Amino acid sequence: MIKLINVCKKFDHRWITKGVTLTIPPEKMTVIIGKSGEGKSVLLKQMIGLIKPTSGSILIDDIDITQLKEKELNAIFEKVGYVFQFAALLDSLTVFENVALPLIENGYPEKAALPIVKERLSLVNLKADILNKYPSELSGGMLKRVGLARTLIHNPKIILYDEPVTGLDPITARVVHELMDETQKRLKITSVVVSHNVESFKYADYVALLKDGTIKYFGDAHTIWEEMNPDIYNFIRGIE
Amino acid sequence: MITPIIDWIGNAAISFCTATGRFMLFFFTTLKNALFSQPQPSKIFEQMVRIGVHSLLIAIITGTFAGAVLAYQSYEGFHKFGGESLLGSIVALSMIRELGPVLTGLMVTGRAGSLIAAEIGTMRITEQIDALRTLGINPFQYLVTPRILGATLIMPFLTVFAMMSGIAGGYLIAVYILGLTPDAYISHIKEITDPFDIIGGLIKAATFGLILSWVGCYKGFFTSGGARGVGLATTESVVVGSILIIIANYFLAMILFGG
Repeated sequence: MIKLINVCKKFDHRWITKGVTLTIPPEKMTVIIGKSGEGKSVLLKQMIGLIKPTSGSILIDDIDITQLKEKELNAIFEKVGYVFQFAALLDSLTVFENVALPLIENGYPEKAALPIVKERLSLVNLKADILNKYPSELSGGMLKRVGLARTLIHNPKIILYDEPVTGLDPITARVVHELMDETQKRLKITSVVVSHNVESFKYADYVALLKDGTIKYFGDAHTIWEEMNPDIYNFIRGIE
Repeated sequence: MITPIIDWIGNAAISFCTATGRFMLFFFTTLKNALFSQPQPSKIFEQMVRIGVHSLLIAIITGTFAGAVLAYQSYEGFHKFGGESLLGSIVALSMIRELGPVLTGLMVTGRAGSLIAAEIGTMRITEQIDALRTLGINPFQYLVTPRILGATLIMPFLTVFAMMSGIAGGYLIAVYILGLTPDAYISHIKEITDPFDIIGGLIKAATFGLILSWVGCYKGFFTSGGARGVGLATTESVVVGSILIIIANYFLAMILFGG
């Protein structure tokens, strides 16, 4: 379970988050929404330890990751996977090398890594014929799926998605959403999704609204359109 | 009136100390990784090829023409007092002690230092470095250490080629244009050049390899601000790397050949 307690983050002289307190329910999908520049991605990066908060605590299975040293964070990276907005695949490596990278860097021979990589690619509905392709040869949707396959290599219990459907056409966005939903349900993963896309609610269990540096709303995603909380009501309808 | 000036000096001093501290810390982190985490030889070798082998032609061309122009310019002075036979030894000594290592250092900074900064800088702004961390891979170990070790190890080899090309360039000019006999050009080289001159030149070359790759990795690693930031990091890596090489060359010359 992820628990954020009064998380504040300041860059230079500007406060990005001003006391975020949020509990992410386990084995469910929670979508964090908010306007551009509200600090959603910064919040997500703090959840995995890529950015240290200025103050506050972030607990993952009761371990405060804000107190961990660089090396100790490796244990968190085994538990928590991160899918980047533009996949962040290493462009000098092939799909196989990208997905197998954590294994090979830990001393796995390439031959032993191959069936694992193929299995992870099949989880995201990709075939082995793309193994030797470079990221520049893949479409946006495929990049996201390879990114997810790479994240799944550690069998994470939690996956954080940063704007997973940004820049995708509606059809590919639906495919990616369904894939996230399927992965979450099949592998019983806790998913946290940062998104602008209201379509994400269809697949989510919970919704949190980040506004003015704090969580203004947290509730059930299935009844979100009936919600009368003014912040969430206005945001999902695009009202200022 | 005076307060803004003091304020400006204070801010400049703080910025300088912060940047220097971060630069040194970056080096010590790399050193720690190199010493304690056994970098993969294949990765170091790959960087040696990318940084060194791909710069070989540049080093040879630079060395040849530097040696040629040195022979041509020096001949006039030596001719006045009949010391033409010293031409070969002067070209050799200059190429081995100074021009070989410095010119190779500067040329490789322009080619490989900028490449390192641009490559790592692009990885930074496209979140590839963050991705490495989330996969439990140490970016220093994966990206920085192999590049710095690769550049430090390959630079002496490249410099040997530049030294030899320089001496050969001087030979071509001296023998075929200025009319010296081959024996007159070569005979004094052995007498005046000491083996320590070569060792000193190679120590310089390794140090310049360390500097250019360290600066390139540092500038790339802390890139921010999108494509413009990558461009800026690349330019800064060449400018800072070149200046540091020139400064280091002075101190190394004092230490190695001063006595």
